[in-house]
Amino acid sequence: MTTTPADLSDLRPRRQIIDRLFKGSTLAAGALILLILALIAYTITGKSLPVFRAEGVDFFTERRWAPTKEIYGALSFIYGTAVTALLAVVISVPVSLGIALFTTQVAPPKLKKWLVSLTDLVAVVPSVVFGLWGIIFLAPKLARSYKHVSAWFDGWPVLGHVFGRTGAGRTFMTAGLILAVMITPIITSIAREVIETTPQTDRDGALALGATRWEMITGAVLPHSMTGIVGAVMLGLGRAMGETIAVALVIGSSPTITANLFSSGDSLPSVIAFQWGEATTDIKRSALIAMGLTLFVITIVVNLTATAVVNRATKRVQGT
Amino acid sequence: MATVTAQLPTNTRELAADLTGIAGKRRTKNVVMTALMALAVILVGFVLLLVLITVVTKGWSIVSGSFPKWFTKDIQLSPRRPGPGMKAAIIGTVVITVMATVIAVPLGILGAVYLNEYGRTRPFAQLLRFLTNVMAGVPSIVMGLFIYVFWVVPRGIQGLNGFSGALALACLMLPIVVRSSEEMLRLVPQNLRDASYALGGSTSRTTVRVVLPSAAPGVISGCLLAIARAAGETAPLIFTIGAAKATNWNVFKGTNTSLSMQIYGNAKESFVTAQERAWGAALTLIALAFLFTVLARVLSARLARTR
Repeated sequence: MTTTPADLSDLRPRRQIIDRLFKGSTLAAGALILLILALIAYTITGKSLPVFRAEGVDFFTERRWAPTKEIYGALSFIYGTAVTALLAVVISVPVSLGIALFTTQVAPPKLKKWLVSLTDLVAVVPSVVFGLWGIIFLAPKLARSYKHVSAWFDGWPVLGHVFGRTGAGRTFMTAGLILAVMITPIITSIAREVIETTPQTDRDGALALGATRWEMITGAVLPHSMTGIVGAVMLGLGRAMGETIAVALVIGSSPTITANLFSSGDSLPSVIAFQWGEATTDIKRSALIAMGLTLFVITIVVNLTATAVVNRATKRVQGT
Repeated sequence: MATVTAQLPTNTRELAADLTGIAGKRRTKNVVMTALMALAVILVGFVLLLVLITVVTKGWSIVSGSFPKWFTKDIQLSPRRPGPGMKAAIIGTVVITVMATVIAVPLGILGAVYLNEYGRTRPFAQLLRFLTNVMAGVPSIVMGLFIYVFWVVPRGIQGLNGFSGALALACLMLPIVVRSSEEMLRLVPQNLRDASYALGGSTSRTTVRVVLPSAAPGVISGCLLAIARAAGETAPLIFTIGAAKATNWNVFKGTNTSLSMQIYGNAKESFVTAQERAWGAALTLIALAFLFTVLARVLSARLARTR
């Protein structure tokens, strides 16, 4: 009887210590994310400084990229990143929304499972495989179609420039198409989740009022999920901007600023990957790392906005 | 009277015709839009099928044509010469991915445990949740640059090894593992935790003995998907593992290579022999990635059933 309390008090501190250690290690693991993000910002900024010192703000406004003449301008790469990512989103959004709506509103449960697996499967294909397929299989075929399209639009006011003359298969458009395939599973899966939060009563109400399925979708489902879909699209945009290998293989790797979508170009991640091997001087490496920093900042801004939008959408839906 | 009876039917008929006209238009629109939605599904299915068929047919001819040398010989040094062998890249992919898994999965699960079991709605946990989403959106190439600057540069030429590549891949996997694991932990019913607390279990014991085992199927399948994703990554490896053509089992020492790097390198070449090698490597990589995905499905289904 007298020994029991002593035993217990002996045991309790040990258990408490284990408990605290466990809690501490989980906290440390969680905080690691904060640490890594801070380290990424710190180290990459540090290595970018040499080129910023040499070029100043011109780094962002200079269109020429001529390492042999020590001219380092990122503008044409920023332009290429924006153009290909926007193209990808414009092509992918209708398709992704179509799949998400078909999966949630039209397909019977059994088919639905298969459709979810289908989009997941697209996400599993590594980006380098899409790049390989794009460069060897798709680009030569597209080059021929580009010629037809540009001949068709030749002389038109605006479209004549957008779909201008070309002989290339590796172009902004090819990169945009490949990216569109790659971001479709991301946009589809988030849109699907958001759409599924539409209350059954809203849908039933619309149908009871005599709406067709499509009217039910435009009247009840889409207004309800619009914010979430916008967030999903922005996440897709962020992903498209950061995609490296597939783009590096199919964009043509020649920095250009042109309205012609059928022209070869280059993008931030693509030039980093493509020229890294040849970058032997510190200043060139610094320039490439500075492009990585630019990409990091742009994607963070896009993703922060997207996350905030999606969070707000789901919170509003849950009513918390 | 006569005029009225004569007019009434025509009016009704016109009205009815109008009504069916409107209904018809609405119905047509509905059918057209449904068809367009189905078309979107078919389009993506078609593209996926086209990619897979191309990879399988082109890859199969070299993999089976040089079987079993494809799996047992190192990589041909000259890209223009034909030569079977992808062993170095297969071993490299496996070794680097396993190393990345060993780093990222335990850390990711611990982080998820903090978020769901300790932090919950605290401001710091909310912040971490937010940052996890941010980190998941950081482009893989930036992770590669980060590890290059942070880890490889201080070690010089010796920093180019499998472990550096694994670190970069682990940075990519970490947010995915945290996010998917937290979602699975959240699905564990509170009753189970309360029951364990009532028996005198501490939070750590409850987590390890009760919460994690019951969330295991979902957590594991989430991790396997993260691994499949990491195994196919190329961009982070460009800066970190160097370029080897011979098999290197040692993750910590010496340059290495991977299937994804071989696909990238060979796809850039204009020689048919190199392109063939790229298709073969692509088939091997896709087979590995699908193997993991199927394994994830089967494993989570089986664990769910036993529970």
